[in-house]
Amino acid sequence: MGRPKIARKSTAVDMTAMCDVAFLLLSFFILTTKFKPSEAVPVSTPSSVANKIAPETDVVMISLNADGHVYLSVGDSQRDKDKKQAMLESINQRFSLGLTPTDIANLKKAPFIGVPIAQLKQQAALSTDQMNSKTLPGIPSQDTARNEMNDWMAAAVQAYQGEKMNLILKGDNVAKYPVFKNIIAAFKKNEQFKFSMVTNPQAVPQGSDLWKDNVSGKAQ
Amino acid sequence: MAEMDTSGGGHHKKGPGVKKGKKLSTRVDLTPMVDLGFLLITFFIFTTTMSQPTAMRLALPDDRVKPEDQNKIKQSGALTILLGRDNNVFYYEGELAPDASNFKASNFKEIRDEIISRKRSADTNLVVVIKPSDECTYKNVIDILDEMSINVVKRYAMVDITDVEDQLIKRTEGGGTGGQ
Repeated sequence: MGRPKIARKSTAVDMTAMCDVAFLLLSFFILTTKFKPSEAVPVSTPSSVANKIAPETDVVMISLNADGHVYLSVGDSQRDKDKKQAMLESINQRFSLGLTPTDIANLKKAPFIGVPIAQLKQQAALSTDQMNSKTLPGIPSQDTARNEMNDWMAAAVQAYQGEKMNLILKGDNVAKYPVFKNIIAAFKKNEQFKFSMVTNPQAVPQGSDLWKDNVSGKAQ
Repeated sequence: MAEMDTSGGGHHKKGPGVKKGKKLSTRVDLTPMVDLGFLLITFFIFTTTMSQPTAMRLALPDDRVKPEDQNKIKQSGALTILLGRDNNVFYYEGELAPDASNFKASNFKEIRDEIISRKRSADTNLVVVIKPSDECTYKNVIDILDEMSINVVKRYAMVDITDVEDQLIKRTEGGGTGGQ
């Protein structure tokens, strides 16, 4: 009995197509990825159902880290940096700190301001990679009596006079409330009644009123 | 898997006397390249951050408005939520009874039901007063403000805590009867 001969087929598969797909996906991910800039002040933000994307221009951001230290930064654009320079100059003048133009240029380049106003000169002397939340004590605002955020907010309001300023507060999950309260007090004192808080997006719980509104298409 | 030398076989005969040039296959094994491709894809998928941070807006009341121009809230219709340490939440309806009998402990999971039931009750004008104590965290405040938007509570206010309430929270937390 002769068995029917089964033709041996090669098990090798043509990999070209798969290779094409793999590299197509790869280029997609490479192009869409946006590396998180290494943050000098690590802050893990809480989640909320807010669905508005945080603005990126004309930003004055106040970071509140886990230890309750407060840092001030601006957006990345040149315009924002110029505003920062204006703020620094007005602070310099008001407190007669005697900062040289080089100091101001250094602080303008710095990722954030994180020292009491009296020590700005020392921060200007540091190099950018020496500035992080471990080395710098933050802007004093724990104390209602000596809340330097008031002065910084006044400078910011002055720098953005007549223009839109996006005031953003980026707080850490475990930061304590009193510092947050003092920051809000500084906003209020300078007549900034609207601000946003940076949060991570979170799904709206099913069955809640907001969920029903969203489903029925009723925009709030 | 290697697929070298498949076309170099000698089955097509050229005419006699024609020298057979040794033909090398042009096919390359792409398997390692695919491996590398997928490895990089995995890397980029894991490191990419698709979700942009969102911004939660908050409008603050203007304190300089004269007290007589400010909106008065009816104490009887208000739900006051107090935030304590370790994610404890306390609440009372209307005014705080002198013997604190309407002062109840809760937590972030249960407070939603309380807000909803208050909202559903006949009183249409629900006003929520949020009083964070000094012990609570930024996350607690955001969470409770988020609760307001989840449950579409239109009228709420953040108010400083009073000493009586602060004492009450401390006492309750000290007694260990607070929510988890």
